[in-house]
Amino acid sequence: MHISMQNIHKAFGMNQVLTGVNFELKDGEVHALMGENGAGKSTMMNILTGLHTCDHGTILIDGKETYFKNPKEAEKNGITFIHQELNIWPDMTVLENLFIGKELKNSLGLLKLKEMRALAKKQFDRLAVSIPLDKEAGSCSVGEQQMIEIAKALMTNAKVIIMDEPTAALTEREISKLFEVIAALKQDGVSIVYISHRMEEIFAICDRITVMRDGKTVDTKRIPDTNFDEVVRKMVGRELTDRFPKRQSKPGELLLQVKGLTKKGVFQDVGFSVRSGEIVGVSGLMGAGRTEIMRAIFGLETVDSGEIWLNGKKVNIQSPDQAVKLGIGFITEDRKDEGLILDFSIKENMVLPTLRSFAPKGIIKEKSEKDFVEMLIKRLTVKTESADIAVGKLSGGNQQKVVIAKWVGIGPKVLILDEPTRGVDVGAKREIYQLMNELTERGVAIIMVSSELPEILGMSDRILVVHEGKITGELAKEEATQEKIMKLATGGQ
Amino acid sequence: MKGISEGAPVGKVNLVHTISQKLGPLLGLLILFVIVSVLNPSFLEPLNILNLLRQVAINALIAFGMTFVILTGGIDLSVGAILALSSSLMAGMIVSGVDPILAILIGCVLGALMGVVNGLLITKGKMAPFIATLATMTILRGLTLVYTEGNPITGLGDHYLFQLFGRGYFLGIPVPAVTMILTFVVLYILLHKTPFGRKTYAIGGNEKAALISGIKVPNVKVMIYALSGLLSALAGAILTSRLNSAQPTAGTSYELDAIAAVVLGGTSLSGGKGRIFGTLIGALIIGTLNNGLNLLGVSSFYQMVVKGIVIIIAVLLDRKKAA
Ligand SMILES: Nc1ncnc2c1ncn2[C@@H]1O[C@H](COP(=O)(O)OP(=O)(O)OP(=O)(O)O)[C@@H](O)[C@H]1O
Ligand SMILES: [Mg+2]
Repeated sequence: MHISMQNIHKAFGMNQVLTGVNFELKDGEVHALMGENGAGKSTMMNILTGLHTCDHGTILIDGKETYFKNPKEAEKNGITFIHQELNIWPDMTVLENLFIGKELKNSLGLLKLKEMRALAKKQFDRLAVSIPLDKEAGSCSVGEQQMIEIAKALMTNAKVIIMDEPTAALTEREISKLFEVIAALKQDGVSIVYISHRMEEIFAICDRITVMRDGKTVDTKRIPDTNFDEVVRKMVGRELTDRFPKRQSKPGELLLQVKGLTKKGVFQDVGFSVRSGEIVGVSGLMGAGRTEIMRAIFGLETVDSGEIWLNGKKVNIQSPDQAVKLGIGFITEDRKDEGLILDFSIKENMVLPTLRSFAPKGIIKEKSEKDFVEMLIKRLTVKTESADIAVGKLSGGNQQKVVIAKWVGIGPKVLILDEPTRGVDVGAKREIYQLMNELTERGVAIIMVSSELPEILGMSDRILVVHEGKITGELAKEEATQEKIMKLATGGQ
Repeated sequence: MKGISEGAPVGKVNLVHTISQKLGPLLGLLILFVIVSVLNPSFLEPLNILNLLRQVAINALIAFGMTFVILTGGIDLSVGAILALSSSLMAGMIVSGVDPILAILIGCVLGALMGVVNGLLITKGKMAPFIATLATMTILRGLTLVYTEGNPITGLGDHYLFQLFGRGYFLGIPVPAVTMILTFVVLYILLHKTPFGRKTYAIGGNEKAALISGIKVPNVKVMIYALSGLLSALAGAILTSRLNSAQPTAGTSYELDAIAAVVLGGTSLSGGKGRIFGTLIGALIIGTLNNGLNLLGVSSFYQMVVKGIVIIIAVLLDRKKAA
């Protein structure tokens, strides 16, 4: 299938989002789409698949002007979209999610469960995932949910698959499987639009790249004819120096200690410590239990045994409000479901953990609230016209910045970040790293769970590796390499 | 479904929409006013308007509490039963010699405690609000009948302040209406200007995110159901004073009128969205309908039909705006 989008314009209210976008997708190519957060990548693809209508512009599919009325129609015509924000029905099983709206029925209208299972199994095998089909989808990790979405898209037998940040929540193992699948799809003549902020991936699997900036397509090139630096320059409009900014701070005294934390069947005998001004990276494969350990520290999950010490004192954290009171912040991996209230404005989201401090006499002081939020918006360069816009209307990366801002705002002693740069562009990533550095200089202890190995290696003072609910190794910054981490993460094979 | 995909229209940011969202219920009320007063000019007589305000007060007070509950995504079916039981208890106390004003205060505290029970069942007992309050509604109704033995409690004496509470006037305005307006002002500030109000919306908007942000979700919920109980008891006090007696079956189906007022006021039953000003308007719409239809001599059977139809129209219009 050949797609050509020409001179596309789109505004949301007063917000002109796309101003003359051109995009061409050829038969059987993997075409990368890159651009800063809010550049308009998702919007452009939403226009192609009929979720939004463009204000003007032309869309040609195999040479014929085609405008889909809705995503369903696009899918019927062979274009499937794996969205950046996952669309999971949390109370339904994995199997039901895979076939939602496309259930297989026999002549009596009854579900053909056996066949559905077999089909699902086939897709999961192809992606090497082993999520039980009867598991409640809401209890799957974000990574697992992402794999469900990918499997669902593969089942549509599409001729064009749009993948919006498919790997943001995946670990190396799933990513390499996904890449194998993409290669196979390409062989079959399927075209793929691949949206990602991960430069390495783009250069590994894509044929061409289109760069967007501020609602315009800047350039389209063949991958062999370009390089990292050129792409970044085109994306941000300036030269970007070091990816991981240097840090001045030295780890100070012991701040957080976790001793023998155990939750049967989830994690066992987890013990580690973090010093003030230190960044401890936590690595591991999907489902290793990294997120669960962090949730337990934050009081979101009960444990069977174990102790947590803060500042040399044993603490008993039963619920998040106690954790927050002790100065612990937690940036969850799932921003849509746990990090943000999508209908709330940026302002209301950012001040949520600190509401009390804006109401010394019981009434919220709107002026100081506003100043505080303006400061955070500047600090994290959230791209928005106003602090009163609903968070749900921001681009994915900007939503992530709001979550981070919210927790930076409490002036934390310990900050736990679970996949902090999920869906964040290169420039903004660097800003987040810079911010983490500044926090450590103020003595904040940081725990960073991340699936992105370069990020773990680039930012951590120490790296913990989790495998099947146990910490299988601890590596100092100097000795850590991708290979060593992967070895520990897979249990030494 | 977990949510809409990124970039999906969450709602348009245009002025017309904002205005119609904020003024929709008010506009409805004005239209209703015009229609009723054209059909029967005596509707606009000051005496009738004051009367209308007095009639509205009880439903409005209950609906204010219901607004908080519904904003968190809950529902409180027990409000009418709380009204009945606390009204009986107040009357009982007065008859046995307790100072009427003290009796009202105690009655309100008891109403709040009944709300606390609702809150605990929902948070600690992890019951769905609908089920929990359905059960307490039945229990409290039963207890009222046990306590009163099914008979009205009369002989409340002629304590001046107590009688003023339901029947008196303050600067020419019925005291229940004054109580309603004062309560509205306090609750308006509570909902829109304090951390408590923000937390109420947050819980309805995304309970998980609220919890993770350090909000004590169970505590806030218990307080909200307590508030609902307190306001129901306050409404009960007004009713007791107005009738100068307690009726064991008082407040029957008041929960439905309260929910109707909240919904007519534009508050979403799924929580997180809505305003207490809307509820005030919603209660006035219902009051105007009752009053107007009475004036026009429409039978009470038809009145129910009309009220139901108005609710359906309001919700349909609201849906249209949101789309
Ligand atoms: N439904 C909407 N209503 C209003 N504005 C919107 C809506 N959807 C997107 N926008 C705005 O359009 C702009 C582009 O958003 P888009 O999601 O396309 O960015 P993106 O390139 O996908 O960014 P990211 O890398 O962060 O995902 C943003 O400024 C965003 O705020
Ligand atoms: Mg996007």
